[in-house]
Amino acid sequence: MSRVNEIISRYPDGKQKSALLPVLHLAQVEFGGWLDVPTMDYVASILNIEPIEVYEVASFYSMYNLKPVGKHVFEVCQTGPCMLRGSDDIIDYIKKKLNISVGETTADGMFTLKTVECLGACGYAPMMQMGKTYREHLTKEKVDAIIEECRSKMN
Amino acid sequence: MGRKLLLEKAGVEGIRFFETYRREGGYKSVEKAFKMQPSDIVEEVKKSGLRGRGGAGFPTGMKWSFLAKPEGVPRYLVVNADESEPGTFKDRYLMEFIPHLLIEGMIVSSFALGSNTSYIYIRGEYDWVSDILEEAIIEARQHGWLGKNIQGSGFDCDIHVQRGAGAYICGEETALLESLEGKRGNPRIKPPFPAVKGLWGCPTVVNNVETIAAVVPIINEGGEAYASIGVGKSTGTKLISACGNINKPGVYEIDMTISVEEFIYSEEYCGGIANGKKLKACIPGGSSVPILPANLLLTTAKGEKRMMNYESLSDGGFATGSMMGSGGFIVLDEDQCIVRHTYSLARFYRHESCGQCSPCREGTGWMEKLLLKIESGKGEMSDIDLLWDIQRKIEGNTICPLGDAAAWPVAAAIRHFRDEFEWHVKNPEKCLTQNYGLAHYADPIHVPVQ
Repeated sequence: MSRVNEIISRYPDGKQKSALLPVLHLAQVEFGGWLDVPTMDYVASILNIEPIEVYEVASFYSMYNLKPVGKHVFEVCQTGPCMLRGSDDIIDYIKKKLNISVGETTADGMFTLKTVECLGACGYAPMMQMGKTYREHLTKEKVDAIIEECRSKMN
Repeated sequence: MGRKLLLEKAGVEGIRFFETYRREGGYKSVEKAFKMQPSDIVEEVKKSGLRGRGGAGFPTGMKWSFLAKPEGVPRYLVVNADESEPGTFKDRYLMEFIPHLLIEGMIVSSFALGSNTSYIYIRGEYDWVSDILEEAIIEARQHGWLGKNIQGSGFDCDIHVQRGAGAYICGEETALLESLEGKRGNPRIKPPFPAVKGLWGCPTVVNNVETIAAVVPIINEGGEAYASIGVGKSTGTKLISACGNINKPGVYEIDMTISVEEFIYSEEYCGGIANGKKLKACIPGGSSVPILPANLLLTTAKGEKRMMNYESLSDGGFATGSMMGSGGFIVLDEDQCIVRHTYSLARFYRHESCGQCSPCREGTGWMEKLLLKIESGKGEMSDIDLLWDIQRKIEGNTICPLGDAAAWPVAAAIRHFRDEFEWHVKNPEKCLTQNYGLAHYADPIHVPVQ
């Protein structure tokens, strides 16, 4: 709650709704990588706004997950500049390697594959977002290494 | 080698941190600004000829002079760091490597505009960049460059970073303000403009990261000195983020006096087309601006060498020219399929349309479907005309410029590459395994020097 209060203090009195996006980011990290209805209702209660004001925002922005995701989420960019550098091949490779389609999570709950639109790393394409950071200049070998890295973290 | 005003020190080890940044001459513009009147700072920015670096290219000094100043109402400066235009990654570079330059520019700009609380709205995906900015702000505060009575000037200013959450539309300034207020990023109907009614209904200036960073050299060296760099109404330097099929993708600071050809082929910049291929086409200013075939890219319709500045890039209007836009420079080699590439951009705009205006909400979906149909060899000739018709009906018929941004790439692709679209329709099977190739798109008008 101290984090939430610090965020609210950034805005003038009575404008605490402005804290909604940052607080949803916090909530998503705290509550298992996605936002369920009780979590969104809780956010509404601490910001003193209606639940619908939270739902309409959470459903608008692509970074909020409204259903469960795997422990590691691969968000691969597929927009023009990445496409020119072979993002389609990377996406196909991850699909085959993990045996899932775009939007799906592996049966062991380890990996989710998402395709996303331009992440502002066009000069370092192809690339994907993984949690807080970007993985750039992707190759099949790099994808293999990243998957191994994730698996070894689990053990 | 051109003059560098923003990235000159970006390579200095430790420049990310306050001590080094200050030792290298950082925060001097704030000291100078505090000896000036706020209105004089606005005048210097006007004199500099600085144009908004986010894409629209609107004169910054003029934008600042529109700011309403009603008694007793707070005013706000909001920095647009929601860099989302495909092909654009210059602001990220600036914030990641030299974050104090943005903070310094914001203090000077906040002083000029009378903003005591200023915000940086950064795209949510730049999570680690947001951490870098937060650290820089803490350092600046510890050293007395933010907070109450900055350096004894009597001026109070604080800066907060707000992360977005994945929405291209929030780069549009009124959608950004809605988002900063904790709402969906639906652009507002203008007027009123943010300068009169912006954040929480108060007068607000929204400027791009690079624009605010440019205020630092403008104040340090004077508006006239800044204006003396460059050519015509393209003053100062511009960050260009180059990507696609080139040897050296990256962020380059140019002084807008070099030619497009030099920018692509010289070792100092893009280093030529990757893998020894030929240049087919280029989108010079971010995905929204018109794509040009190689011949029109390097030489204007008048037969002049095309230069990397606002006027030359737009020479010929949309018929034969393009735009400087955000400086997102996307290069396509001879192996790229224009239809497929345009489809990928159409998919982007469909995904990013906020859904408020019917022409954009429905039109972007139709354009994506038609382009996929043609690309996958199922198109008919009438689909090309339908595509043209749809983009025309989106342009100019929406609340915000996303509609135009979605329409222009499709229009330019058909305008310059219609034979490639027709080839897809006439060769439904061949187009699945082969590309149309270079055709006449690079025909001389001109042969580039290697």
